[in-house]
Amino acid sequence: MLQKPKLLTVLDVAAIASFLAATGLVFFYAPLERVMGAVQKVFYFHVASGWVGMLSFAVAAVVGVIYLIRKDLKWDSVGVAAVEIGIAFTLINVITGAIWARPIWNTWWTWDPRLTTATIMELVYFAYLMLRSGIEEPERRARFGAVYAIIGFLSVPLTFFSIRLFRTIHPVVIGSNDPGAMGAFDMTPRMTQVFLFSLVAFTIVYFDLLWHRIRLGKLAERVESLRLKLQA
Amino acid sequence: MSGLTPFISAMSAVIWKDLRAEWRSREVISAMLVFALLVILIFNFALDLQPNVRAGISSGVLWVTLAFAGTLGLNRSMAVEKDRGCLDGLLLAPVDRAAIYLGKAFANLLFMLLVALIVLPVYGILYNTNLLIPGLLVVILLGSEGYVAVGTLLSSMAVQARTRDILLPILLFPVAVPVVVSAVKATGGYLAGLGWEEIQPWFTLLVVYDVIFTSVAFMVFDSVVEE
Repeated sequence: MLQKPKLLTVLDVAAIASFLAATGLVFFYAPLERVMGAVQKVFYFHVASGWVGMLSFAVAAVVGVIYLIRKDLKWDSVGVAAVEIGIAFTLINVITGAIWARPIWNTWWTWDPRLTTATIMELVYFAYLMLRSGIEEPERRARFGAVYAIIGFLSVPLTFFSIRLFRTIHPVVIGSNDPGAMGAFDMTPRMTQVFLFSLVAFTIVYFDLLWHRIRLGKLAERVESLRLKLQA
Repeated sequence: MSGLTPFISAMSAVIWKDLRAEWRSREVISAMLVFALLVILIFNFALDLQPNVRAGISSGVLWVTLAFAGTLGLNRSMAVEKDRGCLDGLLLAPVDRAAIYLGKAFANLLFMLLVALIVLPVYGILYNTNLLIPGLLVVILLGSEGYVAVGTLLSSMAVQARTRDILLPILLFPVAVPVVVSAVKATGGYLAGLGWEEIQPWFTLLVVYDVIFTSVAFMVFDSVVEE
């Protein structure tokens, strides 16, 4: 039997505790933004989930490189896990952004470069899953997945820098703003503390989820091989 | 020097093979051309390309046309290799596989440029604009190069999957976005007669992605075709 590692339990507790603490800080510690009011609080989780999405796709690309060098299928299961979690967090990022944009920009969605490139990034990883589902042989699936995760991640920097390259409506909180951006604000020290804390909290939650997903992949493989044994 | 010569001769052999096959059948180029013209005509109806409107969207229409026609060529170029086991024959040859990749990519680039070379004047005549601006031609060259560099790699993956033909556009379009967007913006800049300082950021981005995609595809192609 695969025993659940002790360290994973510790990580579970840390993830739940820090996530609850971050939620508490956002609601009770962070000050109300003067112009935007309560809806500005979505910012803490919006940026944190965007960060985790990018981090996750970066992990998938790095693991892809390692797989191509080592040819060990365990790295492939890390890659799939990272892509799946990245898709989930990017989706959270886009949806929380829409919730914020409704009162601030007066629309759920605009064809702003930042929004569009983030959505294209999401589609890259949907394509990744479709590519994998089209290949039965595990070893080839892993190779193609690794190559596509590397190629796909090359378009991610564009997402991140589009905000600085195009004229965009999306505000930049860290660094200088485009004069056309709407809904920009300056962070007070308390806001910065909550912001950094939620970044850390989401990162812990991320690694916890990643570990669970990798274990799930391993268990699924075991079930598969046991089933083959029973049939034989 | 001695390591480079066999590489180049292998590469040019692959290019020569593709060009000869194309010269005899004329399948890919004619399909791409007819398709490209059809796309332009459909755009004409769909977007109602009025003279005052089209100046702004010409670059977009052009690049969508080229990208769609390019996908057709890329799909075909790898499908013919896969169908009769030609790819296995190519891979059995005692040459660097990167040379095979570069040969295929270069042949694909030539096909796409040939299509562009015919589409551009035709588009110019149909809509009474001059598209043969030197800077714009460089953008067409760079944009096609980046598109084909990543497209050749992805099409050699797509032909090995169960879903084959429908997979290539899904894999290619989101990844090629940086190349296509910067090419559209640079083309639009030249069409609108903007100064170099307005076009330069997009031009730079295009060159950067050309270099990135070509070198990465060059490095990983080996692990895409290995058996």
